[in-house]
Amino acid sequence: MRGATMKRTIAGLAITFFAGLAPHALSAANSPAAPSVVLIQNATVLTVSHGTIEHGSILIKDGKIVEVGQSIKAPKDAQIIDAAGQFVMPGIIDCHSHIAVDGSVNEGSVSVSSMANIAEVIDSDDIDIYRDLAGGVTAANILHGSANSIGGQTEVIKLRWGQPAAKLPFEGALPGIKFALGENPKRSNFSIPGQPRRYPATRMGVEETIRGAFTEARDYKKAWDNYNKRLSAGEKNLIPPRRDLKLDPLVEVLEGKRYVHSHCYREDEILMLLRVAKEFGFKVRTFQHVLEGYKVADELAAAGVGASTFSDWWAYKVEAYDAIPYNAALMTRRGVNVSINSDDPEEATHLNQEAAKSMKFGGLSHEEALKLVTLNPAMQLGIDKRVGSIDVGKDADLVIYNHDPLSAYAVVQKTLIDGRVYFDRQRDIAQRPEREKERKALIDKEKKSAEKKPDATVTVGPKPDEKKPEAKKPEEKKPEEKPKPPALMSSTGGAQ
Amino acid sequence: MKAIFFSRKLLCFLGLLCFLPAAAAQSQPSGTVAITHGKIFTLAGNTIDDGTVVIRDGKIAAVGASVNVPAGAQVIDAKGLQVYPGMFDAITQMGLREIGAVSASVDSNESGNYNPDVVAATAVSPSSEHIPVTRAAGITEVLAVPASGGMDSFGSSGMLGGQASAIHLSGWTIDEMLLKKSAAMVLNWPEIETRTFDFATFTRKEKPFSEAKQEYEKQVNELGDWLERARHYAQALEKGSAAKYERDVKLEALVPVIRGELPVLVFADRARDIRNAVEFCEKQKLRMILAGGSEAYKVKDLLRSKGIPVILRPTLTSPLDEDDPYDRLLSQPAELAAAEVRFAFASFDNSFARRLGQNAANAVAHGLPYDEALRAVTVYPARIFGLDNQIGTIEPGKIANLIVTNGDPLELTTDVRYLFIRGQLTSTNNRHKSLYEKYLNRPKPVN
Repeated sequence: MRGATMKRTIAGLAITFFAGLAPHALSAANSPAAPSVVLIQNATVLTVSHGTIEHGSILIKDGKIVEVGQSIKAPKDAQIIDAAGQFVMPGIIDCHSHIAVDGSVNEGSVSVSSMANIAEVIDSDDIDIYRDLAGGVTAANILHGSANSIGGQTEVIKLRWGQPAAKLPFEGALPGIKFALGENPKRSNFSIPGQPRRYPATRMGVEETIRGAFTEARDYKKAWDNYNKRLSAGEKNLIPPRRDLKLDPLVEVLEGKRYVHSHCYREDEILMLLRVAKEFGFKVRTFQHVLEGYKVADELAAAGVGASTFSDWWAYKVEAYDAIPYNAALMTRRGVNVSINSDDPEEATHLNQEAAKSMKFGGLSHEEALKLVTLNPAMQLGIDKRVGSIDVGKDADLVIYNHDPLSAYAVVQKTLIDGRVYFDRQRDIAQRPEREKERKALIDKEKKSAEKKPDATVTVGPKPDEKKPEAKKPEEKKPEEKPKPPALMSSTGGAQ
Repeated sequence: MKAIFFSRKLLCFLGLLCFLPAAAAQSQPSGTVAITHGKIFTLAGNTIDDGTVVIRDGKIAAVGASVNVPAGAQVIDAKGLQVYPGMFDAITQMGLREIGAVSASVDSNESGNYNPDVVAATAVSPSSEHIPVTRAAGITEVLAVPASGGMDSFGSSGMLGGQASAIHLSGWTIDEMLLKKSAAMVLNWPEIETRTFDFATFTRKEKPFSEAKQEYEKQVNELGDWLERARHYAQALEKGSAAKYERDVKLEALVPVIRGELPVLVFADRARDIRNAVEFCEKQKLRMILAGGSEAYKVKDLLRSKGIPVILRPTLTSPLDEDDPYDRLLSQPAELAAAEVRFAFASFDNSFARRLGQNAANAVAHGLPYDEALRAVTVYPARIFGLDNQIGTIEPGKIANLIVTNGDPLELTTDVRYLFIRGQLTSTNNRHKSLYEKYLNRPKPVN
């Protein structure tokens, strides 16, 4: 009995121990030196912007696509990737992600948390970066949670696994800010015992929270404009307005320097935010989730706002009860720029499959479906000059599949960012025995040291501050109250 | 561009099934139907390239390449289409939960730790919107499983969670829907948890391993006590001394369990928990079916040697540990199949039930033979729950739960053209299709 107990303890400890090590081991192996010239050959090239090229080639120089066509001669010293029988498409862009965030994504204590910034807590060691990369994702919009009417600042990253956090931001991408409407900001499905309800508690209050914040921001902007005007007119001894970290990002919104990505579900709240935006003279860049977007698709199209939605999630809360898997297709047909996002690290690993569902539900074409996870999210994030399609001049962010990516049978073989192979399935598989060996050796080492201390069974246990991924509480991290119950339950444990 | 704006006429034609009268949406005893010229995947012997299935009185009467269409039979021309047994989702909360966040609409989790007497069939709402949405994906029957997770099940689900019911996804009442009222007893195997999240106070709780283990052992002992009492109860029953004991509905519900007549559906994911559960069930002489099994691959030899089948958590789930291979759950089915462990796929959910085929297909993409994947959503779950004499294949005498599709039923883009439940042509219309059609026809805004 005692032996069994000890074994379990050690196993538990080992899991904790290795979990922390693994990303580093992986990252070292996945930071190959970037060859300056790469040629992908013999592939079915799904350009997304100008059709499909059979037996096509893509020539990459210094991380950029320099030639796309049927017969490209391999330059000297080029690294050749033979993709015979395989499919190449642009890297997947996830317009709604919470990966690579250290700790909670919600500064939920206040209704306006615009001072908080996701960019400051990017964790380049998060294993979800690698897993999503293995699912063909090359860029992601990392968002603050949806607990607040106006949430924190957001950042677009490239999934350059193995690089330091400073190398992850998508160069030149405009930053964003998360807004949220409906059940989450009014805290319908959350309450903490002993704590009073936070304002707002209704959709009416959500609107007024946003209007209130922008009224302040407008006054604040006016004060600064006035100050700057007088300053440049040469006035002396001026006292500048007091700096307000909450309002600064909202001023950027008013000036069009920061995108608004607003979480929403119901048709009425979608139109509400469009009215508020009009009143204060700012633009909503994307509506996120927007599960009832199909009901007001014409209004969305007229406002020129993007819609980033789920493929087939529904019924996890009241505002998701009218969600339909035809949403993406219906909005597309009415002229809305639509993307399909994940909001979940696991869902992000098969966004190609989620996009494919829009062919079944609403009859989008193959290319239209592909756009939902490539060119369209690129446009929504304002990075379409750089990524989103296979075109000369764009970044060589590419995914290679063994089958048509719009099939449940397609598996990612390689993912490239800036022309560099950041994920290679064969390499990953080849490394497994070595990693397993290392893991076993470390477990044995722990066993031996535990045998020396017979009371180890009682005393060992994770320190409170130790990172223990299997004990991560997804509900804390996932502000959207999104479904994914199986994953959620397995990692919370016990509840089932 | 134009193709999508179907004319009304075209919609009527394509959506033939949507226009069946409401009554036809539910199963009823019916006359004779013949599905002709379909490629028939019987899953019981060879696939028939051009064959006929005859359905009579809700059952399959004949199937083959040279079967005659009986006089007066309603003929469904399946030329160019494929015929399969309907899919079976082996773990859902179908009818027990409508909207996850609305507790009033959730009946899946009873309070308390020991509820062997509660039966899913009691609370299955036949008019749940999830039912038609799910069957439109080609799923004709499911197991409705209490205390089996899903969105709403924050906190404990209880150890003995109640009895799972196998139901057809069509019927005016639960009696019409029932395939088997009591198909398994749910047992949520306790974990040794040093870290828990308290939803009452929204805080993390930490405790030393020894304390967590003591709690675990206490729970297992308690469970053992319940079974021991059930055994005594069963002895009293057998001796027919009804007057001499007090009736106890909870112990009564456990009698078929301790007799090995009713399998125990044991939810466990970690190898350690699975091993403990196997050991316990063996000692107690219970018939165990493993549910979850995220680390079943670590104990595959044990599972094979004890003949314990597994209902696998969706393959589209993150690996348990950070240092697991990224495709750990995707490649597990292939590994289990090679080790001859019996398994079936399941959604463990309601609104994601329609991803059943997708989950199976992803396992194929990671090495599982296609035929095994197809069987793992049809005949294997039927066999695991002892229902394979009734459903799961296309053979004479079986209940006619069939789908007619335009392709591989596991593929994302495949449409279910016709669906039969208990021999009745059943509508694939649903809440989603209706909303789609409604808003497809929304006129342009006036201003």
